[in-house]
Formats: sequence, structure tokens, C-alpha cells
Amino acid sequence: MRRAASGVMLVIAATGACSDRGGTETVRVLAASSLTEAFEVVAGRFERAHPDIELELSFAASSELAVQIEQGAPADVFAAADEMTMQKLVDSGNVAGEPVPFARNRLAIAVEVGNPEAISSLADLAEPGLVVVLCAEQVPCGRFADEALERAGVQVTPATLAENVKAALSLVQLGEADAAIVYATDVEGNAQVEGIAIAEDENVVATYPIARVAEASNEDDARAFVDFVTSVRGQRVLRSFGFLAP
Amino acid sequence: MSRRVSRRPPAVALVLAGLALATFLVAPLLGLLERAPWRELPGLLGEPEVRTALRLSFVCSLSATALSVVLGVPLAWVLARTRFPGQNVVRALVLIPMVLPPVVGGVALLLAFGRRGLVGQWLDQWFGVRLPFTTPGVILAETFVAMPFLVITVEAALRSLDPRYEEAGATLGASRWTVFRRVTLPMIGPSLLAGAVLTWARALGEFGATITFAGNFEGRTQTMPLAVFLALETNPPAAIALSLVLLAVSVTVLAVVGSRVLARPRDRHVGAAAVSL
Repeated sequence: MRRAASGVMLVIAATGACSDRGGTETVRVLAASSLTEAFEVVAGRFERAHPDIELELSFAASSELAVQIEQGAPADVFAAADEMTMQKLVDSGNVAGEPVPFARNRLAIAVEVGNPEAISSLADLAEPGLVVVLCAEQVPCGRFADEALERAGVQVTPATLAENVKAALSLVQLGEADAAIVYATDVEGNAQVEGIAIAEDENVVATYPIARVAEASNEDDARAFVDFVTSVRGQRVLRSFGFLAP
Repeated sequence: MSRRVSRRPPAVALVLAGLALATFLVAPLLGLLERAPWRELPGLLGEPEVRTALRLSFVCSLSATALSVVLGVPLAWVLARTRFPGQNVVRALVLIPMVLPPVVGGVALLLAFGRRGLVGQWLDQWFGVRLPFTTPGVILAETFVAMPFLVITVEAALRSLDPRYEEAGATLGASRWTVFRRVTLPMIGPSLLAGAVLTWARALGEFGATITFAGNFEGRTQTMPLAVFLALETNPPAAIALSLVLLAVSVTVLAVVGSRVLARPRDRHVGAAAVSL
């Protein structure tokens, strides 16, 4: 019996060790997939400016992150790719204060380098035989793509509906898809795909809001990160990745 | 009153077994059941998307199981009954899909069978066959992930089988195929069934490799786990309901076929096989 008891103690000790974070404070940031590259740079700058704060970034579809927050996943800051998803969390009381818009983004068509299928507009995506990937309608990029296609009056039969924007993009990068509708920031500065601009009157502008999570364990540091993202320094990074001013 | 050896299991085993059951089975299940939208459940089941996903899940998981049996039994036989250099490496390779994160497995399948893949580019050029984003692609992904369960179960059964029964059959003039069919197969039958059930269950729940390789499209590649994952983003109660449907179906099948087979001692069948010779 004693051996079993010590085994249980060992398990408890091990789980305890996992949550031991040492001296620095940790801020957990959940951010939309499309923010991946930009937020990694923003995070690096923020940590340099605040050596006592450590950031933990987690990227997924905004809608997926919203569910995680609703189900009580530990999180301090949430940055979403659309206002609708954020509004849901505001309504359910999961977000502290008013969300702040910090960036805007447009859609673009990602094609293979060299544009072998000679795609120049949304209308070209209706071509039969073309392997087109859209995001699923449940995630923001999918909803925006549907909106843009509707504006353009184009009917597309997608080969698959990706679970987030990066999954859609990677299928073009792997050569498995001819085209995907993604965010302009996903193709900007990405050497593995080519970006085709969508006409202004067909395009959709996504506004990205950021907010502190109501259950944030670390309110001050969470606020510091939100402030940093909306500050000149944070904005400069976002601009360099192709995001538009809020 | 006669004194007999205590058959009661030690308290430690009971406590740990209870802990295992409570933590890993009862609590998550209760979590789902507690939040389940019971009233909406019948309506959800009637929805065409749900029925489509359920049907696709069945077709694909059963096809993957059949494919695993057809290819996996010979593989298990070769591993158990022959000796060749590098056998241990092959045996380790067989298990790779079990340890590989399924999403990585899906990427590997794309790199192999995608239209730019190692094999896929020729499939595309010569036969015009494209597997990604198709139902056969789902079956391929599920087989990739689930077949090891069949191979290790059957191989273990073959190894524990006394080869003298097979030898006896052979000395009586039976051909190799007859020996396999009349001696080997009946004796490993329960294990084969157990392996097939495990394989089917794994295929039914497959998510990562499927969404990566076969994609997600209603009626073509959107199986139940994918439908659950996407429903979770916008409509968690629907996702819970869908999970319950999947759960109910698999628990029923596992209870009917699985538990009896999985718990059955193998030796009981030795006599039966010998008789059937």
C-alpha cells in the first residue's frame, strides 16, 4: 500500500511541476490563425520591452479559440479575426471591457508560384476542374470568402473546406490546390505562394478586435500586451505584415 | 465454513482501477451527457447533413476495416511466420502510424499520394486518379491510421499459435492455403475479429489524417468527427449531440461484438480448430 501511495504522490508532484512557472509572469494570448507570423514578431518585441513577462501564444481559427474561452480554457488575451466572433464572447460575458479594433485585413487569392492556371479574379475560380480551397463557413475566413464570392456573383465548387486559413494556404503551398481564398496578409511576403488581388468592390474587409479575457489570471500584464499591440510599435509590426490600420 | 484462498483483488488494484475508470471514462462521458441537448437530439438526427456524415462515416470505416483485413492479415502472417533480414525494422515501421500524430500522417499521405506526391503524380498522369479530397482518400487515411491495430492483434495471435497444428495439417496432405483456411484462420478467428473491431473503432473516430489528406466536404469527405469539430466552432450543443450519436453507435457495436471477443481466452478454440480439420 505504501508503494502505491508513493506512486500517487509522484504523479501529484509531477503534475505540480508542470504548472510551476518560475519567477516571470505568463500572459496567455489566443490569436486568430492569420495573426501567426505577425504576432510572433510582436510577441518578441513585447517580451524585450517587458523582460518580466512571458507570452504564451496559441493560434487557431478565431471561432475555435472562442469556444475554448467559453469552456474556460486558461487565457488572458484574445485577438480575433472578426468582430462577430468577438461579439459572441462580449455577449456571454467572457471578455473584460470593450474590445479594441487593432488591425484590418482584406482577402486575396493564393495561387501557386508562377500562377500556372492564370487566375486573375474571383470569377476565374469558377473554372471547372480547378481545385479550389475555401475555409469552412464556420470560421471567419470562410464567411468572408462566401461574402466576397457573393459580391462577385461567382459560384465556386470547392474541393474541400479548410478548418482554418493556414490549412487552406498550406494546400496551395503543397501544390494540392490550385487556388485558395485567404487573407491578403497570408500571401504578402510569402515566397511559397503567389497572391492575386481581389477587386476592391468584391473584396471584404475584416476588422480584428483584441480584448482581455474576463477570467484573465493576470489582468495588468494582459492589459500591457493589449496596449502594446495597439501602440505605435505594435502597429508598425502589423503594418509590415500587410495588415491595414484599424 | 471452509477457508479458501482469498480471490478478492488487492485494495491497491481496486483503487487504481477505480481511478482509471473515473478519470478517463466516467468523467468525460458524464461531461458530455450532462451538457447534451436531449430535446434537440431527435431533430438533429433527422438533419440531412448529420445523416450524410453518419452514412459516410460508416461506409469509410467499414471499407477501411475491410482493406485492413485484406492487406493486414497477410502482413501479420509474414511477420509472424517468416524470417527475413530487417524484420524488426519492418515490425517497427508497421507501428509508425500509431505513434505519428495523425495530422502528420495526413501530410505524409499528401506527400505520397497527393497530385504532386511521390506516387500520386503518376496516379494522376497515368490514370487520372486523384485521391486527396475524395471518399477513397478518406478510406486511405483511415486505413493508414487503423491498420496497425489489426496487424499487431493478428500477429500476436499467430505467434502464440502452436505451429504443430499447422504442421499436422500439412502432413495430412493439406495445401498451404487449406491449412491457413481450415486450421490457422479458425484458431486466430477471435483475435482477427477483435483486431477488426479495434480497427473499425479507430477508423470511425479518425480525424487528423482525414481532414489533412482528404479534406472536409459534405457528402464526400466530411465524416462524423469532422462534422463534430466544425460544429464545435459555431454550435457547441450540436457538436455534443453529434458526439453522442457517434458514441452511442460505437459503444453499441463494441458492446455487442467487441467485449465478448476481446475478453475470450484463446485456448478454448484450439480444440474446435483441431476438430474442424
